[in-house]
Amino acid sequence: MMEPVLLRNVGVPDGHQLATYEAGGGYQALAKALREHTPDEIIDLVKESNLRGRGGAGFPTGMKWSFVPKRVGKPKYLCCNADEGEPGTFKDRIIMERDPHQLIEGMAIGGYAIGAETAYVYIRGEYALAIRRLEQALAEAHAKGYLGKRILGSDFNFAVHIHCGAGAYICGEETAMLDSLEGKRAQPRLKPPFPAVEGLYASPTVINNVETLACVPHIVARGPNWFRSIGPDKSPGPKLYCLSGQVRKPGLYELPMGIPLRELVEERAGGPLPGRKIKAVIPGGVSAPVIPEHGLDVGMDFDSLAAAGSMLGSAGVIVIDDSTCMVKVATRIIEFFHHESCGKCTPCREGLNWVVKVLRRVEAGQGAPGDLEQLQALCKGIFGNTFCALGDGAAMGLRAALTHFEHEFVAHIEAGRCPFH
Amino acid sequence: MNMREKIEVAAARYPNQRSAIMPALLIAQKEHGHLPGPVLEEVADILGVERIWVYELATFYTLFRTEPVGMFHLQLCDNVSCMLRGSEDLLRHLEAVLGIKKDGTTLDGLFTLSTVECLGACEMAPVMQVGDDYCGGLDIARIDALLERLRAMAGQAIGADPATTAPPGE
Repeated sequence: MMEPVLLRNVGVPDGHQLATYEAGGGYQALAKALREHTPDEIIDLVKESNLRGRGGAGFPTGMKWSFVPKRVGKPKYLCCNADEGEPGTFKDRIIMERDPHQLIEGMAIGGYAIGAETAYVYIRGEYALAIRRLEQALAEAHAKGYLGKRILGSDFNFAVHIHCGAGAYICGEETAMLDSLEGKRAQPRLKPPFPAVEGLYASPTVINNVETLACVPHIVARGPNWFRSIGPDKSPGPKLYCLSGQVRKPGLYELPMGIPLRELVEERAGGPLPGRKIKAVIPGGVSAPVIPEHGLDVGMDFDSLAAAGSMLGSAGVIVIDDSTCMVKVATRIIEFFHHESCGKCTPCREGLNWVVKVLRRVEAGQGAPGDLEQLQALCKGIFGNTFCALGDGAAMGLRAALTHFEHEFVAHIEAGRCPFH
Repeated sequence: MNMREKIEVAAARYPNQRSAIMPALLIAQKEHGHLPGPVLEEVADILGVERIWVYELATFYTLFRTEPVGMFHLQLCDNVSCMLRGSEDLLRHLEAVLGIKKDGTTLDGLFTLSTVECLGACEMAPVMQVGDDYCGGLDIARIDALLERLRAMAGQAIGADPATTAPPGE
């Protein structure tokens, strides 16, 4: 069994408080970073660890940090993406509620590495407890000299502010988040320029997910070789997996990257509900293409899942059993994307509206011959034709459902009703 | 602190006032319960920003409410993980016992019922947000107990006897 790293304080009484965090060696990594390493050396350490971003895209964190120009004559910013709106995902909420100092220490080290003095945590507004705990933790860290001016006697100044979102999934897209932080409607920006060069207030900005930043103190404290010793070479480190849906033990599991999806679902999370069989699993939040039961022997890491036609995404694993209609699941997922489309790109805004209408008709048993071809054509029109990945996620998800569960769509159209009701 | 002072404190966290609109709207909504036009204009005036910028945000983000809601806003998550654990049945039950449809408010003003996209608490699905609190692992019995508790709280809040508070819709 893997030693808990990111979840070591979860379940510990007062795990969210500074005293608990310090008792476990908390903030020693920050002290070590400031005392023993230059900012460039910290970036090299993170590069050597091969930490890949845990927000979904899996981009190498150290490389992202190294893109920030050294001398620009403008302030640099660090933004923590804590918007976590991907259905099936709740890992960042648990870190912020139960062990917020882990995130704060990671942010302070990250800020030191890239030369930022100001950071924002963009946290979804629904997470009231996480916001409260993070506010308390920031006050504790500031009072103890882990944040503020001349941190731990060094020349490093660093302030962290909380910015609450107000209910828009698109804010999880990094450039839309920047627009939102600037007080605008959250809509994605054309890249380039990339945020590392021109981000918040047109200044160099690094945006990292909560879980990514929480890994950083452990890499500094225990070294990149220790981090790389966990899981596969190309996607190393501990990973948080969110298990939900029709499974016996929903919850947050910390295991190495690369653990087989079947082992995660059937052994760690207890398998399907009594009397049921697993039909399909969505491995990485609803943006990730669904995998049918016979495809569960795949490693839960960026490359293995991509090779299997899906993606790790947010590692929000949603289990679906044989009592459930896949047309209904697909419809609900596309309804979500349609609701959350920011409206900037026509293929996403109008295309998803059209897809929802067709899917609802099919699900209600009023489908017509040609509907499935029309859905495929709509997917083709949306995929790759939008600023951000929201439209792509919707199209990929629907294509996978149409591919693996075509018989259920056909049954709805031919029988003129849902076979599950 | 009054609303203006709270907004000014929040605004100090940013290098420009436009960034402070969202925090200011959250403060104003907490103060007023919802965000009617005059409140939006007051926020714009406090920050010294264009009024249209404030309207833009208040109508884009789903947590901002331009219409009033009941004393308790029941926000049931019906996204995939909650749907797989029975949120549809819970919605039907809530509509029946409250005597309202989704997005409606009970005649006594106690409850507004909404569905929302993922609350990010899928491990305790099905989940509902009531005010700032998440209520997870819901079933019909727990929903009924929760409604009773909320009615009792409302009774205390307005000085009525909770035992005699008639269920909404009757």
